[in-house]
This record gives sequence, C-alpha cells and structure tokens, in this order.
Amino acid sequence: MSADTWINLIIAVLGGAVRVGTPFLFVSLGECLTEKSGRINLGLEGVLVFSAMAGFGGAYLSGQAWLGVAAAGVCGALLALLHGLLCSLPRVSDIATGIALMLLGSGLAFYFGKPLIQPQAPQIPSLMLGGWSASPQVQQALAINALFPVGVALAALMAWGLANTRWGLVLRMAGDSSDAARALGYSVNGVRIAATTAGGFIAGLGGASLSLYYPGSWNEGLSSGQGLIAVALVIFARWSPWRCLGAALLFGGAGAVGPALQSVGVSGGYYLFNAMPYVLTLAILVATCSPRRAIAGAPMELGVSR
Amino acid sequence: MTTPKPWHARAEDLALPVLALAGALLCFGLFVWLAGKSPVQAWALLFKGAFGDAFSWQNSLQRASPLMLTALAVALPGRAGLTVIGGEGALVLGALACAALPLGFTPPANAWGSALLLAASAATGAAWVALAGALRQWRGVNETISSLLLGYIAIALFKHTVEGPLRDPASLNKPSTPPLAEGLRIGAIAPDSLLGDVHWGLAIGLLACLLAGVWLSFTANGFAMRVVGGNARAARLVGLDANRLVVLACAVGGACAGLAGGIEVAAVHTAANASLIAGLGYTGILVSFVARHNPWAIPPVALLFGGFGAAGSLLQRRMDLPDASVLVLQGFAFVLILAAEALRGRLFTLGWAVHIRRAVLPRQIKGNVQ
Repeated sequence: MSADTWINLIIAVLGGAVRVGTPFLFVSLGECLTEKSGRINLGLEGVLVFSAMAGFGGAYLSGQAWLGVAAAGVCGALLALLHGLLCSLPRVSDIATGIALMLLGSGLAFYFGKPLIQPQAPQIPSLMLGGWSASPQVQQALAINALFPVGVALAALMAWGLANTRWGLVLRMAGDSSDAARALGYSVNGVRIAATTAGGFIAGLGGASLSLYYPGSWNEGLSSGQGLIAVALVIFARWSPWRCLGAALLFGGAGAVGPALQSVGVSGGYYLFNAMPYVLTLAILVATCSPRRAIAGAPMELGVSR
Repeated sequence: MTTPKPWHARAEDLALPVLALAGALLCFGLFVWLAGKSPVQAWALLFKGAFGDAFSWQNSLQRASPLMLTALAVALPGRAGLTVIGGEGALVLGALACAALPLGFTPPANAWGSALLLAASAATGAAWVALAGALRQWRGVNETISSLLLGYIAIALFKHTVEGPLRDPASLNKPSTPPLAEGLRIGAIAPDSLLGDVHWGLAIGLLACLLAGVWLSFTANGFAMRVVGGNARAARLVGLDANRLVVLACAVGGACAGLAGGIEVAAVHTAANASLIAGLGYTGILVSFVARHNPWAIPPVALLFGGFGAAGSLLQRRMDLPDASVLVLQGFAFVLILAAEALRGRLFTLGWAVHIRRAVLPRQIKGNVQ
C-alpha cells in the first residue's frame, strides 16, 4: 500500500472511532451509572436493539429525528425499569434477568420493527467540523454525529455529579455498602431502580445513534453485541465516566478497522476484522481481571467483580 | 402465614414453572390482542402447530433435539455455579468441525465415520466453553460476558471459514461447505412410522439428558460438582478441586452444544452454512432456566419450546403475525420464570394462597393435605 492509502486508512479509522464509538459511549455510560448503584444490567444489549427500533420508528412516524431520539430514550428507560423491578424481587439474579432482557428486548424489537425495515427516516444531523480542510476524506471523517457532543457532556456531568452531589453520593453508597445506605434511611432498591432506569434512558440514546445516524437504518442485525461489549467496557474503564469516553473511542476505532480496510480495497478477512472488538474486549478482560482481588474502583456490592 | 409443609417444595418445583409459562401465554395473548388479533386463535394455533397432528409432532421433536443439547450446555455449568451462555458459539464451531473434518481426510462412509465427525464436534464445543470456565477460575473473568463474547467470535470464525477457505464453489446463492458424503449423514429413526423424518439426534439428545442427570444425581463426581455450585467456600473447606470440577462441567456442557451443531449438519443441513445460526443456543438458555438446570426436566421443556418454534410459521401464515412473535413469547416466558423464583418457599404459605385454599378446596381434600 502507498503512503496515501495509509493516510486515508488512518483518517477513516479515526473518523470511524467517533462514528462507531458513539453507541458504545452511551451504553457504557448507562451501564456505568447502573453498576455504580450495585447492579449489573447485561440486558442493555436488548435495550440497545429495542431503543434503536423505537428511535427509528419514532423518527419515521413523526418526521422529526429528535423526537425519535426521545422515543428511543424513553423505551430504553422502560425496558431497564423492568430489569430494576425484577431484580428487586427476592432471589432474582441480576445476571439472569439481564439475559432474559436481551431475549425480550430483541424479540420486541424484531416484532415491532418488521414494518420499519424498508422505509427511510429523518436522520440525526452531522456537525461539519472539517470545513477548514480541502480533503474530502478529512471532511467526511470530521462530520460528527450531533449526539456525540451530548455524550461527552453527559460523561462530564456524570463524573461531576457522582463525585460532588448528594444524589451521586447516595448512588455510590448503595453500590458500595447497601447496609450503610439502609442505615441512613435510603431505600437501596429504590436507588437501584432509579439508577437502572436512568441508565436505560442513556443507553437508549445509543440505540438512536445506531438507527438514526450510523448505520442509519433499522434491520435485525443492527446491533450484534455492541451493548454487551459496552458492559465489558465499563470494567475496562474501571467505573469512571471519563475513562468510558476513552474506551468507547478506542473500541469505536477497533470497530471501524473492518469497514475502513474495505473502503481502501482490502476485502479479505472481512468477518475476522469485524470480530476485532470482541477479541479486544476479551483480551482486555483477561488482562485486567484477577481471581484474587476485586478490580480497583469496582463498586463493592457488584456481582461481576467477585 | 402458615408453616411450610414438606410437600410444598416438591409441589413448587412443578407449580412455579407451570404458572410462569401460563402467565407468559397470557401476556402473549394480551400482546396479540393489543395488535388487534384474536388471542384465542393465537393460542389455538400455537397448540395446533406444536402438537396438533403427527406432522407438527415430528416438527416439534426435530426442533427439540438440538435444544436439549444446548440446554445442557447451560445446565451443567449452572449446577457448578456458573452462568455460561456460550451454547450458540459451541454449536456453530461444532457444526464447522463436523463439516470440515471430511475435507482433511476421508473417514469411512458409515456409522463409525459419523461417530468420528460427531466426536470432533463435541471436542470443539467442549474446548470453546471450557475456555470460558477456565478464564473464570484462573483469571476471574466474568463467565457470562466472556462466553457471550466467545460466541460472537465463534460466529465470525464460522462465517469467515464458510464463505472463505472452505467454501464449496458450487454453492452460489448461499455460501456453504462441501456437503457430507451420503454415508456420513444421520438418518431418520423410523422413516416409515409415525415418527417420519425425526432423526437419531432426538435419541442422542434424550440419552445425553439422561446420562447428565445420572452423573449429577448418582455419582460422587457429580455430587462434588453440585457442592461447588452450591457453596464454593464449603467445597474448598472439604478439599474439593473446584477449578477442575468447574472446567469439567463447562467442557461437558460445551461438548453437548458442539454435538448439537454436528448433528444439525449431519442430519439436517448436510453442510455448514448460515442456516445453522438460528438462535438454538439462545433458546437453550431459556430451556435450561425453565428446567431449573435439572437435566431430567430438560426434555419436556425442550419439547414445549421446540413446539412453539414449530408453531411460529403457522402464526405467521394464518394470522399474519411477524416471525418474531415466538421470540416475544420466549422473552415473556424468561422474564416470568425468573420472577416466579421470588415466590419460592412462599407459594403455599402466603396469606392469599391460604384464603383461596380455604375457599376453594373441599374439606376432605384439605384433610388429606394436612
């Protein structure tokens, strides 16, 4: 390959990092919020698929992209609320409930999404940050999903809120010691249900970004494990919203390698390159986890780190 | 509240799943009704498509056999205390191994050759799921996440191989591996009887469930595994090698799922192609949870969900419901089966249950009960 191809490839991967990474960012922020309260919601994969469908449907029916985004958030929150309520019952495991939600979420999405496979819906606008450059590749790479800055702001808000507000403190207390939260008179289940629901809303925005920006249509193979990868990302990011942002961009970049190679004409091993994020996730989990100690920064009540 | 009686636990084992499934059917009916269709017709078609006549029985049994094996892939690690859901990945790689082995050398085209292919499938599946168990035991990686990731990786490997290096040039529209030789395929058990096309995979599935149950219930090794699953600390105190037992449980479970893939290739598809990625591994998770990870309870539950799968196309044809309606039904069933656990130990002792019993049951039955 010539130097020009390499530069185009790198630009495509960097642009793709934001494009592909935006859903990762939202889902991992949602999961981070949920896990901070002491529960793991593996069902965000189902939430992502369902809200992607709802977002597309909302935008298609109303003709407004942003109404679609709102619909996606609300539907994500509703599904996550179900997770929160179920896990509050005695003897119900949050991991098993997550698996059930994955199945239910994709089932509902495929059911309602059947008539949405053909039509086109209004898309979330792009922010053109590449106007200064003459190169079309650079311009294309810097056309950024308008939801991405929202995600960055959300990460900042969460980082600040968890550290500095009363709400953040109560949330972290429910995640670190349910006894302490109970002793201070807070309902642990109540806090966790609220955190799970809010997390579902945030993850739902990621779903909207899938169906309304990139790839920008609804089909049944729209999300294949992005929600799950995002759950693993939170472990990698050690439960810090800012590090979630970095991790989402890294994984977005890894996910963009396959399409970027294809765009410069390398087509062999297409499926293998597309499996890169999964391999990377697994490798990172193996590298960061340890059987002897909890991972630094893990909420103490969380089952996933035990 | 009344005091719990010894028969309560046994009765709950049966009553809770039945109640949950009834609730799921009810929710599904409501769902169909909201879509403006008749729930009664949907229920009738579900039953008719699953168990209405000999043909639908054959269809249900055909679908049940891989589900039994993929459910074991969840149940066995489940009894050792792990939530492993890598059945889908083990299944597709098992299928790939079965289809790829005859390309390397020529196995005898008879039952021994088939057995050899199935052994390769089982070994591949075993290695794949054992990996998730080993990562859990030695690296502390959450096994649910890792097994799902391994599943996605397996599917990518499968597609890459089937559409790339092992593609049969003759398969134009649907990339496939070269088909198995006639003698290597697995045939019907009794083609001229009522069983029709039902192949030997059903017998293998039933046998696997039977043996797994015997292993768990009647051998020292199986008992040790259940101790590890019930209380890992107690197991360590009595000197059980938890790591070995957990990885063994995962390997045997994975072998079952791999076997399911091999059987699907040898008996149904005759080659490895994308039709194999049909969510059998995911439905197996649900089957195992409904059966409460009890291998002997798996065959009837697998038959039920195999039947729902078989009825799906009927719902689609007659009522114009999307083909995902069966997925929705499965989702409801999964959610309710987990919620039903909250009633365990309380189903017969809650206040409302007592009231209903007093009001409904005639005196002499109540006498027997107490």
